Amino acid sequence: MSNSHQLKRVDFIFRNENDWEKVLSTNIKKQPKDLINELISSELKGRGGAGFPTGLKWKLTAEAESDKKYVICNADEGEPGTFKDREILSRVPYKVLTAMAICGYITGATEGFIYLRGEYKFLQSELQKTIDEFHYYCNEIKLDFSIKIFMGSGAYICGEETALMESMEGRRGEPRNKPPFPTQAGYLGKPTVINNVETLVHSFTIFKYGAKKFYDLGVQYSRGTKLFSVSGDTPKPGIYELELGMSLQDFVYEFGDGDTKAVQVGGASGFLVPRKKFKDAAIGFKGKLTGISLPTGGSMMLFNSSRSMYNVMDNYLEFFREESCGQCTPCRVGCQQLLLGIKAVKRGDKPASYLDKLLRLTETMQLTAKCGLGQSVANSFSSIVENFREEMIY
Amino acid sequence: MSKNINITINGIPVELEPGKTILEAAEAEGITIPTLCFHKDLCVAGNCRVCVVEVAGQRRLSAACATPCEEGMEILTNSLKVRNSRKQIIELLLSEHNADCTKCYKNGNCELQTLSSEYKIMTQDFLELVPLKKYSIDMYSPSIMKDDSKCIRCQRCVRTCAELQGVNALTVAHKGDQMKITTFFEKAMRDVVCTNCGQCVNHCPTGALVEKNYIEEVWEALADPNKHVVVQTAPAVRVGLGEELGMEPGTRVTGKMVAALRRLGFDSVLDTDFTADLTIMEEGTELLTRLKKALVDKDENVSLPMATSCSPGWIKYIEHMYPEHLKHLSTCKSPQQMFGALAKTYYAKARNLEPENIVSVSIMPCTAKKFEAYRPEMYDSGYRDVDYVLTTRELAILIKQAGLDFNKLEPVKFDRLMGESTGAAVIFGATGGVMEAALRTAYEIVTGREVPFENLNITAVRGMEGVREATIKIEKPLDDWAFLDGVELKCAIAHGLINAKTVMDAVKAGTADYHFIEFMACPGGCLGGGGQPIPTNPEIRQKRAEAIYAEDEGLPMRKSHENPEVQKLYKDFLKEPLGEVSHHLLHTKYTKRERY
Repeated sequence: MSNSHQLKRVDFIFRNENDWEKVLSTNIKKQPKDLINELISSELKGRGGAGFPTGLKWKLTAEAESDKKYVICNADEGEPGTFKDREILSRVPYKVLTAMAICGYITGATEGFIYLRGEYKFLQSELQKTIDEFHYYCNEIKLDFSIKIFMGSGAYICGEETALMESMEGRRGEPRNKPPFPTQAGYLGKPTVINNVETLVHSFTIFKYGAKKFYDLGVQYSRGTKLFSVSGDTPKPGIYELELGMSLQDFVYEFGDGDTKAVQVGGASGFLVPRKKFKDAAIGFKGKLTGISLPTGGSMMLFNSSRSMYNVMDNYLEFFREESCGQCTPCRVGCQQLLLGIKAVKRGDKPASYLDKLLRLTETMQLTAKCGLGQSVANSFSSIVENFREEMIY
Repeated sequence: MSKNINITINGIPVELEPGKTILEAAEAEGITIPTLCFHKDLCVAGNCRVCVVEVAGQRRLSAACATPCEEGMEILTNSLKVRNSRKQIIELLLSEHNADCTKCYKNGNCELQTLSSEYKIMTQDFLELVPLKKYSIDMYSPSIMKDDSKCIRCQRCVRTCAELQGVNALTVAHKGDQMKITTFFEKAMRDVVCTNCGQCVNHCPTGALVEKNYIEEVWEALADPNKHVVVQTAPAVRVGLGEELGMEPGTRVTGKMVAALRRLGFDSVLDTDFTADLTIMEEGTELLTRLKKALVDKDENVSLPMATSCSPGWIKYIEHMYPEHLKHLSTCKSPQQMFGALAKTYYAKARNLEPENIVSVSIMPCTAKKFEAYRPEMYDSGYRDVDYVLTTRELAILIKQAGLDFNKLEPVKFDRLMGESTGAAVIFGATGGVMEAALRTAYEIVTGREVPFENLNITAVRGMEGVREATIKIEKPLDDWAFLDGVELKCAIAHGLINAKTVMDAVKAGTADYHFIEFMACPGGCLGGGGQPIPTNPEIRQKRAEAIYAEDEGLPMRKSHENPEVQKLYKDFLKEPLGEVSHHLLHTKYTKRERY
């Protein structure tokens, strides 16, 4: 079949050739315009889950007029079931720092920040040492770029880019209204590139090997590789770099325990795919010609037949009820209603048809919530309730 | 100038200048988009989401208040998709809201209730969330009650407290379902930096923040045959009360208000304006005395600039935020408290009444006045000087409860003895008014001539700029004031506590070379006070201000020192400004407070 895709293991991200200094010094001799074009032609999309074209983001920031610009590395890795950024920052931090510096060179930013998840405090001192060494080298090659670590405090919502900036500015971490987007007005109101840790590492790969090498991997609309955090009912949990575009069926062959009932792609804010749809589902960004495309920040949770999908949903909703910033109505109240609603149906206090009311609610949340958190609760809710309705009721 | 852009709203082509939001564009076309968290006084939050609209080509809906119009946008404000979503958002808000409307103080003036009625939300399918949470009502402040079970988390109060007032007594805490509007360490409102200004009450769309009302207490006093109940009415009430009774903003209802109060059964209907004139005599003299001490005696203990002390919200603000600068405050009590102290002394004696049988009620545009009357310093008559403070809104409730047809009441005049006033007192109700009144009198005391402005209107100190400055040069003074010859009297005016902060920071830094500063806690001064009719916004406040100045222009006397009743008061009782009796009854001291 033409659209089935073999599962291919790749090793770019953790390949450590200790040549970041060369990558940095050669790239900052190139024209910023050429570097942006290289990045655009790679078709790299943001690896935090939203999939915004990285080259375009950098281009917009480079073109924005301002006395000051910033580069932020979003290391507030909080999506349930995701643990890849932690690994990147402990194993190949130089790649992240180098990519940030090249981004600074391209966009005209001289200051960078790593917003480090509160729970990753244990990474801080090692990372700081690396940054100090990195600064030493930047000095040597007379590159005006410095990086600071900003410690998060444990709120999931601060992974949302504008909430993250609010948090950095000393305010409550609540998402902002968009527009303006960070490329126009980000940290301290200045044009800002904000990228996920993994996105930055991929751009390192692109600047090192050229766009073609990256572009040749993956499939149309979903180029390159992706780090997956595999967890749940699997004999081999862990972090794997795989080509994008693989079918979920292939993935389950590789990672399942032989009894996989469903896979949650993209964490609590992602989609649940039941067994019968494995072969139709491909992992990648929307726009693929056939089948279902599932974007993901990398979280792949496998569930076998011993798992109750009701419990899974209940668990996700507990999470969202607590981690909504509470600012906007659809998300704050919606999450509470969904959680209490499925409990009421389960208890028999509400009829099964109440699930349909809740499905309409998730539709409203998707249409009207202020940020991606509230908008994406519908993903897991509708995919679980629609595919496992019986488990929700009985 | 950038070019105009073209959009369509519900199919109607609209041309507008760039930078406008969808909400503004729709409003200009006469299309109402419902809002809750939006308020014209405040920055855009975009968090309630009831203003969502559909933009062609976009799957998700956009918040009209927060989305700028762009060239070619096709906007639908009432599509089925919009309606369904909006209705569900209102249902969500109701599920989280203590919707026991019939028992709510804001019943009939609640934006959520109105919206729910417009969208005909007849059933509650969602689960009730209120019973699941442990809500308690904070009723310990003498001014403001806070009931979180009615809060819809729109954060208008938080933005008000931060942006208009710079106080930040109210803040958002916790997240998710626990998210709430609260105070530092969730202390009671009375124990934090809250200035009781009531702007949060004025900006709250629901009944979550309301004034502490004393309606029943006043009815009881009125019904007690052994009590002599006097009432005083503040200047700004007469230009606000009409709004609560169905009239247009800016309607002057002084005579009708007096008639209504008399019908309600008050034994004597008097005027805070009388003591506003008195305040000018005391405060003006105090200013001139301070100037003399500073300029002639070179007394270094004299604090200049001198700051006004009429606004109890401002007083509590400086006590919390600049406790080391209390010496700048005039020692004069506010007009309300001067009135209170005189009602149970001078008035009691003149009317041959026992002070303990007098109940002193005041009608104020203000919630902080409730706190002021409750301060331990305010018992100088030997009794509580002002027993009950009602807001403009509470007075309207009294009038409605009594079944009075306000419109049909024939205007009448205030009673004598502490009922006479001048235009200078009326303008106390607007920002810059105390300054203007003080200048009208002080300039004349010093020079023997009227202030050199056409028709006594010192327009330089009027307006709605947050901080204003004015200078008056004193020329050819009378012999007693020769030391002021050629002195340029420098004045500043600040209204809204965020602007007071700007001026006080300059005072603190020693860069404010003013002689006299007028501070008012609320935007626009008392006419925009926390006890005034809801809603408030810049246009409404402008109309009230115009009414205030029209009232001043229409009065035969417009200078405080011309008030014959004030002159008589000095002759019969006080003897002279800053005299011993004044010192005892009309002046006060201030308290350093913590910054929680």
